[in-house]
Amino acid sequence: MSLAPVTSAIDLAAKPSWRSVKNSIASGLMAAAVLAVATPLVLVLASVIAKGAGVAFHDFPDFFTETVPIVSRRAGPGMGPAILGTLLVTGVATLIAVPLGILGAIYLHEYGARQRFARIVRFMAMVMTGVPSVVMGLFVYVTWTLTFGYSAFGGALALACLMLPVVIGTTEQMLKLVPDHLREASFALGAGKARTILSIVVPAALPGIVSGALLAVARAAGETAPLMFAVGAATAYNGHVFGGANTALSVQIFGNATSSFAAAQDRAWGAALTLLMLTFLVTLVARIVTARVQSKR
Amino acid sequence: MARALDLRGRGDGADRAFRGLAVGAATVVLVVLGLIAATMTRRALPVLEHMGPGFFTSTRWSPADEEFGALPFVWGTLYTAAIAIVIAVPVSLGVALFITQLAPQRLKRPLVYLVDLLAVVPSVVFGLWGILVLSPHLGRSFLTAGIILAIMIIPIITSLSREVIETTPQPEKEAAYGLGATRWEMILASVWPHSKGGLVGAVMLGLGRAMGETIAAALVIGSALGQITVDPLAPGNSMPAVIANEWGEADELHKSALIALAVLLFIITIIVNLVASSIVRRSMARTAGRRT
Amino acid sequence: MVATPASPASPASPASSKAPVTARPLHAAPVPVARPSAADMLSVAEPVFEIADLEVYYGKFRAVRNVNMTIRKHQITAFIGPSGCGKTTVLRCMNRMNDLVAGARVGGTLRYHGVDLYDPQVSATEVRRRIGMVFQKPNPFPKSIYDNVAYGPRLSGIRDRAKLDEIVETSLRAAALWDEVKDRLRDSALGMSGGQQQRLCIARTVAVEPEVVLMDEPCSALDPIATARIEELMRELVSRFTIVIVTHNMQQAARVSDTTAFFTAELDPSADRRCGLLVEFGATSKLFSNPQDERTENYITGRFG
Repeated sequence: MSLAPVTSAIDLAAKPSWRSVKNSIASGLMAAAVLAVATPLVLVLASVIAKGAGVAFHDFPDFFTETVPIVSRRAGPGMGPAILGTLLVTGVATLIAVPLGILGAIYLHEYGARQRFARIVRFMAMVMTGVPSVVMGLFVYVTWTLTFGYSAFGGALALACLMLPVVIGTTEQMLKLVPDHLREASFALGAGKARTILSIVVPAALPGIVSGALLAVARAAGETAPLMFAVGAATAYNGHVFGGANTALSVQIFGNATSSFAAAQDRAWGAALTLLMLTFLVTLVARIVTARVQSKR
Repeated sequence: MARALDLRGRGDGADRAFRGLAVGAATVVLVVLGLIAATMTRRALPVLEHMGPGFFTSTRWSPADEEFGALPFVWGTLYTAAIAIVIAVPVSLGVALFITQLAPQRLKRPLVYLVDLLAVVPSVVFGLWGILVLSPHLGRSFLTAGIILAIMIIPIITSLSREVIETTPQPEKEAAYGLGATRWEMILASVWPHSKGGLVGAVMLGLGRAMGETIAAALVIGSALGQITVDPLAPGNSMPAVIANEWGEADELHKSALIALAVLLFIITIIVNLVASSIVRRSMARTAGRRT
Repeated sequence: MVATPASPASPASPASSKAPVTARPLHAAPVPVARPSAADMLSVAEPVFEIADLEVYYGKFRAVRNVNMTIRKHQITAFIGPSGCGKTTVLRCMNRMNDLVAGARVGGTLRYHGVDLYDPQVSATEVRRRIGMVFQKPNPFPKSIYDNVAYGPRLSGIRDRAKLDEIVETSLRAAALWDEVKDRLRDSALGMSGGQQQRLCIARTVAVEPEVVLMDEPCSALDPIATARIEELMRELVSRFTIVIVTHNMQQAARVSDTTAFFTAELDPSADRRCGLLVEFGATSKLFSNPQDERTENYITGRFG
């Protein structure tokens, strides 16, 4: 038995109206916004690859190993000292800021919690996050460079000051995610507080902490202003952390970008490509760590 | 069976030592901020004594004549940041709404990555692109700097807005849909009232970032001295840009003037950031309170 | 040991909206398992805890008062009562876990082998090494099965590999888990079932060789089969340990315990809030068959709570 066809007075079909038109316009504008974000990203990346790849990979690996020409209008490689400088400065900054930041966050979340001192530190860390990088650079110039001269370490100090509040912030967030019942379980076995934090809480939060720290490192590696005042602009390799002027990729990009010589501008593009590859690599590792954690949970 | 029961603690010393270490690390934040305030202010004093209140009100900046008026740079900082906000806010909100309300599930994550990728590009790379690719077409001006700054603050405003918008409770959205609202009407009726406080805060944080951004602005703003104009196509200057561009050849008083600019910049960005985060926190606390 | 067969629910049993849905009819009067030794041991076995006029405050709020009892060696003591009656609060005082709650304060005396647990000389971590705890929700560490069990022994400084292996095996055997996990000791504990996780937590507690094991509703997150295994395990463990268990399940108390403490919550005369108190304490068989207090009788026959 089949149903007889019904002729109903109720019509549920969509009807064109000003309301649905408005909805479509709004949706269209949102999609346009996505395009507006993607466009500059694509344009910048395309420029850097188009203009940088030829320079950076010409006679590979010369660009990554040769020293910076002293006469900037001379064509040719390279950025070796700048790569070493960036790695040195960022590496030392990481060694300073990450342990301090993790310990600071441990104080804030595991000990201080809602105490007055913890609230003050949390507030000040937030203030410190907003300090412009140029101010941090001048601060290190005034307190360190004036006395000890240019060095990779001065740059590392400036970057560490920029990274510290970021590491504190992300680590505290990650510690918040560690459920209290794990702490209780450890205490119930007779573990002290330090032991509980070091062998239960921090390991449980570690992937998140590492990923947060790596993102901070990626940002720091691209900083320019704080390094200009503290690191100097050497053209030769300098492997000493404390001794003498050094250089960094970002500083080289800034210096060569303002040059009117084509050869210098070429080197700026090559250095930009190198720096981008470096920061993307660190970010990628951070992403992989994060993805691991999320798939485990 | 009388056995002596000893329940006194052992190894509590290690606990105390570790706590001390953690407190020490936390104190570093206070020490650094204190040092910044103290040392920078001390270094800024010579120019403030030299110029008096004129440092804040004069429009003339001429290192050769030992004349240091900061006003044009304050103006340039505020003006370029304003241009950046005007460009970045609609784009960021659009992207945040697209990701949270419109995008199909499998497109969400790639879009988030796209925005995050933009955040990873170092500012000096944007500056390089701005000076060698963009400014041959647009010139070096407030507008060029504003555009570059906008690109740089879009990721931060977008990701904060996204977080705020995502806290809109499902029942509130369903309430609007249940009355026959279109998606756009639902956004206006449910998402907007729920999120506007947090969105204002997100925009303020972007503003703080735009004002402190140095290198990109230094490269494309045009380094004009003493300009106070609303013409977006005129070359200008901002506080961080002038510090970066003039530091290399500055003598003692000139350096003191640049440090004084940095102190001024520090104070302005702190105020903007504090207002921003208190707005964000208040709106977050309100929504959290409502949910329980 | 034999699980109590579900007695046919009396149709007159008043419905309680608070009662969680369980496999057994909750308010059928439970039948304690006869254990001839239990009643004799009650007054004979050495006291482990002597609790007198204990009261616990959270800030200004008094959570529980009037707790007087003696808990004896190698017995299972069950705390029962409606929610909010303070049974978990008292349990968490017994190994100073309440220290971790901001604003928690204890009045009266709580003696462990004659030592006042709240004496300023006494270290909470030292107390917890002797008095272990198993929690309501299984809470294994996000580590391997092996590392979970070895965590406690390592705290006491045991580093020797062979010694640790031995402790891990005996503890897992004691928790009736060894045969299920011996081939995957290196796997994450988070991959186990809820019942296995809870037995792992018992193994982890046993591995530090405490004298007392406190259990806070250890089966409330488990299914009936896993629950039966844990109950069986408790009867085995009591020959080595003294066990105190908080349970919301009267049948469970009747099945496993030697002594039962019944708590309830009443309006605190001094403040306008409900406060827990101990109503009756005695041999399980006696408390369930012949309760002395009307409130106990109302509770176990299902007229209240």
